[in-house]
Amino acid sequence: MKSFGYLRPDSVQEAVEAYAAHPGARYLAGGTNLVDLMKLGVERPAVLIDVGRLPLDTIEELPDGSLRAGATVRNSDLAADPRVRDRYPALSQALLAGASGQLRNAATTGGNLLQRTRCPYFQDLDKPCNKREPGSGCSALDGVHRDHAVLGHSPHCIATQPSDMAVALAALDAQVELYGTEGTRRLPAAEFHRLPGEHPERDTWIRPGELITGVLLPAGTAGVPSAYRKARDRASYAFALASVAVVLRVADGVVDQAGIAFGGLAHRPWRARHAELALLGAHATPAAFEGAVDLELMHAEPLRDNAYKVSLAHNLALDVLNRLAPAPAAA
Amino acid sequence: MTSANKPAPDSEITLRVNGKPHTLHIDNRRTLLDLLREDLGLTGSKKGCDHGQCGACTVLADGRRVNSCLLLAVALDGSEITTVEGLGGDGEEPHPLQRAFLDRDAFQCGYCTPGQICSAIGMIAEAAAGHPSQVTDPATPSGRPVPLDRSEIRERLSGNLCRCGAYPRIVEAVEDVIR
Repeated sequence: MKSFGYLRPDSVQEAVEAYAAHPGARYLAGGTNLVDLMKLGVERPAVLIDVGRLPLDTIEELPDGSLRAGATVRNSDLAADPRVRDRYPALSQALLAGASGQLRNAATTGGNLLQRTRCPYFQDLDKPCNKREPGSGCSALDGVHRDHAVLGHSPHCIATQPSDMAVALAALDAQVELYGTEGTRRLPAAEFHRLPGEHPERDTWIRPGELITGVLLPAGTAGVPSAYRKARDRASYAFALASVAVVLRVADGVVDQAGIAFGGLAHRPWRARHAELALLGAHATPAAFEGAVDLELMHAEPLRDNAYKVSLAHNLALDVLNRLAPAPAAA
Repeated sequence: MTSANKPAPDSEITLRVNGKPHTLHIDNRRTLLDLLREDLGLTGSKKGCDHGQCGACTVLADGRRVNSCLLLAVALDGSEITTVEGLGGDGEEPHPLQRAFLDRDAFQCGYCTPGQICSAIGMIAEAAAGHPSQVTDPATPSGRPVPLDRSEIRERLSGNLCRCGAYPRIVEAVEDVIR
């Protein structure tokens, strides 16, 4: 690991100022991904700015009925919060489907959003990788890529975003709150991560030095039935091959609210807008669900060795949609 | 940027480890695991993968189970750490879970055992505090202790790998202490 200086600012403002004084520094919170990448040599910051003890560790209700989770709330605490479990079950389930108990105790809300891909070529300094070293090439295109993207990838990068939490946040219409030298701004969680395009080195739309201060869960999806389901190579403690978060409200047999996001398929949580549009106003039947999901996944462009993900994602989404839809009233 | 502006690559920190305070001058790169093993001679916590994938390094930091290989010691200044060496307290008697591991023969090579035991102790406290797991029925009321059946124990300890495959006995040992 490369030697680094360590700063522990006392406020968000001081943290942002510390970055301005040390461009290229990294913010440290739980460190479960950053410290690992520093050991591997993928990350080589000269300065770490420890934001893990900033007073951003609370979950509070806002007057408009939304819920705000601070950036340093630990993943385990966010998953266990009774308000999150009751109002946004997909978020609690997604958090609990990720990592291990130990990691969830250290990992934070902000850090979870900023975790890097687990593409093995990204983590291997001996291999070309456009995300790690722009312009060097993509080793996964013709390499081992069964875990890689089937949607929205580019010739420059086929990596997937590994967060489970981010998938639930995207489906729930959550917003990411950022603070930087230009003040506070918010981005929809579904738009926070980028597609790789020609710049896979940029995972998100965050600006240099901006700090995630929290996540806002809106009143509009509070209490709406939601669920998360994840498929992986073993029953626990593995990244998603494919996953889905669904928010679904049905009134009188008709879908009047739908949020669907896939994980493990793309460089960002994949919000299934085509499927959602097809479902809005439709009768909540298995056939309608299947038609809508197919409408989304017809855009998939699988690689040589990962076409299985398309049918896996299809089946996961149908299972969760059918489970969330109320049983039709007896005729 | 002059070098004078760059913060130092080393720091002084104080940790309480198994009840005893230690003030140490460390390189900022020092992980908690290396500090415990190399600086304090507490070699009970094991280095398996050193990447947070095996759980052999699990200790309790301020009462919560964590992977000590992924924690920078400099960020833990002021924390209270409990390792497998500290579980039995001051006396000669082992912790009840250590006794249960012996009684159930819950290991073969023993390399993962300190991490398994620290993880299980943290996990039992989490369930008692009402923390759900992936296999907890979503209808379970929030904030109430979660009963630990076998599937709960297996899921909650999935961050601790045992290459010998002693999992069935580990689950039995945990069941012994929660009854």
